[in-house]
Amino acid sequence: MDDTILSLKTQLLEREREIAALKKKLHQMEQGNSMLTELQEKVTNLSPLISNVTLSNEDIMRYSRQLLLPELGVKGQVALSNVSVLVVGCGGLGCPLAQYLAAAGIGRLGLLDYDVVELSNLHRQVLHSEVTQGQPKALSAAQAIRRLNSTVQCVPYHLQLSRDNARQLIQQYPLMNYCSDNVPTRYLVNDACVLAGKPLVSASALRMEGQLTVYNYRGGPCYRCLFPSPPPPETVTNCSDGGVLGVVPGIMGCLQALEVLKIASGQGSSFEQQLLMFDGQEGRFRSIRLRSRQIECVVCGEKPTLTELQDYEQFCGSAATDKCRRLTLLTKEQRVSVQEYRAILDGSTPHLLLDVRPKVEVDICHLSTSINIPLASLEDKKAEHITLLKETISNLRQQTKSQVPVFVVCKLGNDSQKAVQLLEKMSGVETEQITVKDISGGLMAWAKNIDHSFPQY
Amino acid sequence: MAAPLGLHLEFGGGAELLFDGVKNHHVALPGQSDPWDMKQLLAWIRGNMLKERPELFMQGDTVRPGILVLINDADWELMGELEYQLQDQDNVVFISTLHGG
Repeated sequence: MDDTILSLKTQLLEREREIAALKKKLHQMEQGNSMLTELQEKVTNLSPLISNVTLSNEDIMRYSRQLLLPELGVKGQVALSNVSVLVVGCGGLGCPLAQYLAAAGIGRLGLLDYDVVELSNLHRQVLHSEVTQGQPKALSAAQAIRRLNSTVQCVPYHLQLSRDNARQLIQQYPLMNYCSDNVPTRYLVNDACVLAGKPLVSASALRMEGQLTVYNYRGGPCYRCLFPSPPPPETVTNCSDGGVLGVVPGIMGCLQALEVLKIASGQGSSFEQQLLMFDGQEGRFRSIRLRSRQIECVVCGEKPTLTELQDYEQFCGSAATDKCRRLTLLTKEQRVSVQEYRAILDGSTPHLLLDVRPKVEVDICHLSTSINIPLASLEDKKAEHITLLKETISNLRQQTKSQVPVFVVCKLGNDSQKAVQLLEKMSGVETEQITVKDISGGLMAWAKNIDHSFPQY
Repeated sequence: MAAPLGLHLEFGGGAELLFDGVKNHHVALPGQSDPWDMKQLLAWIRGNMLKERPELFMQGDTVRPGILVLINDADWELMGELEYQLQDQDNVVFISTLHGG
């Protein structure tokens, strides 16, 4: 009789535990659902994360392989489930970062991006897919995360981080990640983290290289301690100009995830006063000892003069996007539209079409009548290229018996303007007299407006 | 009289594009009456290695904002920046910060 009572009590206890676990899961799912359907277009105050003290049986099974690590253990896993992490930028770094944080069981994941998914993102932004093209990246990433781990609360923000919304947003997340791609946002996130007293796990990647540092953490420097002044805008290269091998931001995003998991589970980071540099070409990681927090830093120093967020686009002299800048170096008379150039082609007017893109881009696509002399070769006055230019011009001159019209083209119509300025100086000196114009909008405008079969990149 | 110095210079993060895309350079600085410091090295790089557009690498007598200088794997701020006196076989790295994501 006593045995039966004991057994019943035990069974009851087990059922109660099961019910509690199911309720918790239901709650998380409902909250997750409502979050997902509500793409955040502006920053609102979220309800606090419900604090866990134990792991459910399902948690134990799901996270068993990492629970076995003494460095993490149950305590660390419970800590992860109680942490909110904001990911600024759901691109090449943000995707693998968010993916591993969700897989590891982070409590809440804020996913912020102002952009939408494009085909040219997919080689590196691995949470997005062909079917989510055109959707907000934040939403696309949140959907992928949900398929992976529905117990993680995802909050997708489809908005541009700005001085007006950054502080309200950042105060809701104890841990911040910088995964964005432009200088103004970098200073904005840095300053907002310093003002809120939060560590910033920051990474970047370009071409075959990556860099990672944890800023504003345990006496280490903030971004401004290292770089008090922003770089001149013309020295900043973005992924759409410089290119990037997809796996390189993948590697850096994974390293960010590792540091976030270490900080969130109470182990601390290895990079608070270190810069990790990765060179994928040479297959080399190297860790550099950085300066400590700078006493004279305007935001984290002893006497900070920057106590409110500022206008970062003005401070940096560039826009808070990675979209290409449009230069205006020439007058209207020095440029032709793609439609006007098409008429010149149709009219068989003798002329020279000079493509000034680097060879690697010419290999992707070019107009068959063009000759290629990269802008850098024109600037360096490379002998073989100058000879080619001279000879082509004098051949045309013999045909036309008049001044040779030269049209310069590049991808978007920025470099072509610089080339026109160079060629005008060379005209009559290093070459025969020429009239030079550039094709406004470049080959991408040609592809959009004239020849739809011409590739875009 | 300071003896000639052999240095290993490295450029990365895109800074190598100003040096014909070459990341590693072994250079020999001639002997001179005073020891070589970083300020003189930068002037030497500008005069001997940098062909085009020095403004993409330098501003005044120092590196432009956005380039981090490392001496023997440490931030140059820890080593005295422009005043650091170079030793034979020092390794000096110029790294441009990346902004891609």
